Amino acid sequence: MIWWAVALGAAFGAPSRYLLDAAVSARFGSRLPWGTVTVNLLGSAAAGLFAGVAVQAEPGATVVSLLAVGFLGAFTTASTFAFEVVALAEGGARRLAVLTVVLSVAGGVALAFAGVRLAMAL
Amino acid sequence: MSSYGTDPDLSPAPPSRMLAAVVVAVGGAVGALARAGVAEALPHPPGTWAWSTFVANATGCLALAGLTVLLATRFPASRYCRLLLGTGVLGGYTTFSTFSVDAVQLLRAGREGMAAAYVVVSVLVLLAATVAGLWLARAAVARRAA
Repeated sequence: MIWWAVALGAAFGAPSRYLLDAAVSARFGSRLPWGTVTVNLLGSAAAGLFAGVAVQAEPGATVVSLLAVGFLGAFTTASTFAFEVVALAEGGARRLAVLTVVLSVAGGVALAFAGVRLAMAL
Repeated sequence: MSSYGTDPDLSPAPPSRMLAAVVVAVGGAVGALARAGVAEALPHPPGTWAWSTFVANATGCLALAGLTVLLATRFPASRYCRLLLGTGVLGGYTTFSTFSVDAVQLLRAGREGMAAAYVVVSVLVLLAATVAGLWLARAAVARRAA
């Protein structure tokens, strides 16, 4: 682990998440947390692409720390995702809570899988 | 719950979006370093159960729920505290992209059953940790108020 690269990547990834979350939430103001869903789906797809490229290119520890661990790790969030799902369920919106889980988890894994396949095919 | 909205990262809105982004960047770097530390402490080869992601995400969910309740009830005016610790540190500490790739690596290793278990168990534990964090913080707030 290259610590400075993790910190540098996250110093860009975390505010990118914050600004994109705010922009998406402002545009698609609904009870479904589209902002967090968007960053997690985008980040999962990108992480899949990176993992697929890494199979052949074997990037160095600095690149992995900077892009995968730092930037994409901090660009996505599990804690806000879980908080929003519980908040929806507590507010009585059980179906929206389930929809958020399915959309994020099935979508995230599917996009990461597609990213790996796409990168390996190129 | 309605007092701080559904998305804890966006309410209350900060006075300056750019200053907020800088605060989130600093917190995110600290959180990501902590997650990298967990990954160093609990290494796993690709295609095996990712304990490091699991542990970081579960503890981060517990902490975010507790922090959100405590800040909303004890320090409702503290916008930058919430951004630094919640959106920044805990947002950077937890990760969804690595979780997704962990599951895909299990699939690629031919461990479909373990991939399904990893996804389902992770989600259930994250939600349970969030509920536990809310419950603990609300109990602490109620005890102080009593």
